[in-house]
Amino acid sequence: MKKLFVFTFMIFSYLGSSAQVKVGDVAPTFNLKNVDGKMVSLDDYRSQKGVIVIFTCNHCPYAKAYEDRIIALDKQYKPKGFPVVAINPNDVSIVPEDSYENMQVRAKEKGFTFPYLYDATQAVANAYGAERTPHVFLLKKSGDKFEVAYIGAIDDNYKDASAVKTRYVEQAIEAILAGKKPEPSTTKAIGCTVKRK
Amino acid sequence: MKTIVAFLILIAFFTNFGKSQTTIPVYNFDQLEPLLHQRNDTVYLINFWATWCAPCRKELPDIEKIGEKYSREKFKVILVSLDMSETINSTLIPFLKKNNIRSQVIVLDDPDSNRWIDKVDSLWGGSIPATLVYRNDEKIFIEKQVDFNYLDSVLTLKFFKP
Repeated sequence: MKKLFVFTFMIFSYLGSSAQVKVGDVAPTFNLKNVDGKMVSLDDYRSQKGVIVIFTCNHCPYAKAYEDRIIALDKQYKPKGFPVVAINPNDVSIVPEDSYENMQVRAKEKGFTFPYLYDATQAVANAYGAERTPHVFLLKKSGDKFEVAYIGAIDDNYKDASAVKTRYVEQAIEAILAGKKPEPSTTKAIGCTVKRK
Repeated sequence: MKTIVAFLILIAFFTNFGKSQTTIPVYNFDQLEPLLHQRNDTVYLINFWATWCAPCRKELPDIEKIGEKYSREKFKVILVSLDMSETINSTLIPFLKKNNIRSQVIVLDDPDSNRWIDKVDSLWGGSIPATLVYRNDEKIFIEKQVDFNYLDSVLTLKFFKP
């Protein structure tokens, strides 16, 4: 009996990962340090139509595979009112490569055109329920708040940008710009786990 | 002409022979899927991992130990690697050799993962490591790093009841 109890407890502790925001929920706000040393808050984007929040990091091969495509997304959609905000949620004691200093190096090397924020305590990743890198939460302005409009992958081929068939994030933004709801509004993708303390 | 062909085949055979004998099958999801739904009395532990994934590397020795502990039971471990198929020879095979991995390894090369993640388990968000343990319709899915004691409890309490 005791064994069964312990087992049940173990199962629950394994399954009991953080809850994720859902499409339609109010987007949790954040105020995090950018690679340039300045703080960036979701409130800074009040004049925008939306924000492409992407949890990503330095070390993960999937995140690296998407770096150029994230830059392209920012260049394409910043002028249309949907800038990218990248957030690294990994604990540095688990992945030294994802340190703030290495974020600065990576942002410079790649010429990031968007803020790359450090969520050192994973508080923002926990508030959103970010589970992996890269993990997109597309926000759209709704009244004086931001609402989650799409959660998931950037597109359907991490490996080969030229073989992509469906660009989920672009498709979702175009839908919002056309006054429609993104379809699909959620997708899944393989990625590296968010490294929580 | 015939001799040349025979000679070339011989060369090909010997160059291959001299190298590693480990060959890793590369599947797309449709090819992998039947392995997730085998209907017999064996318990299958399917672990989704990659050499570049630190928590995966950490749990792998424990999965190997579990494979050894239950080697007399109807139990089989299948390691589904999400390493890019281009890096099999340069990274995956050396890793398997170095760590003396004995379980069966398959590379899943199917980049449109949104199409198949739910087919593995609807609870899977997509991060690795992820582990599926099943026998027919009995199934446990874990999207976290596992260890020996955890897997041992799952196997003894759910699948191989004393």
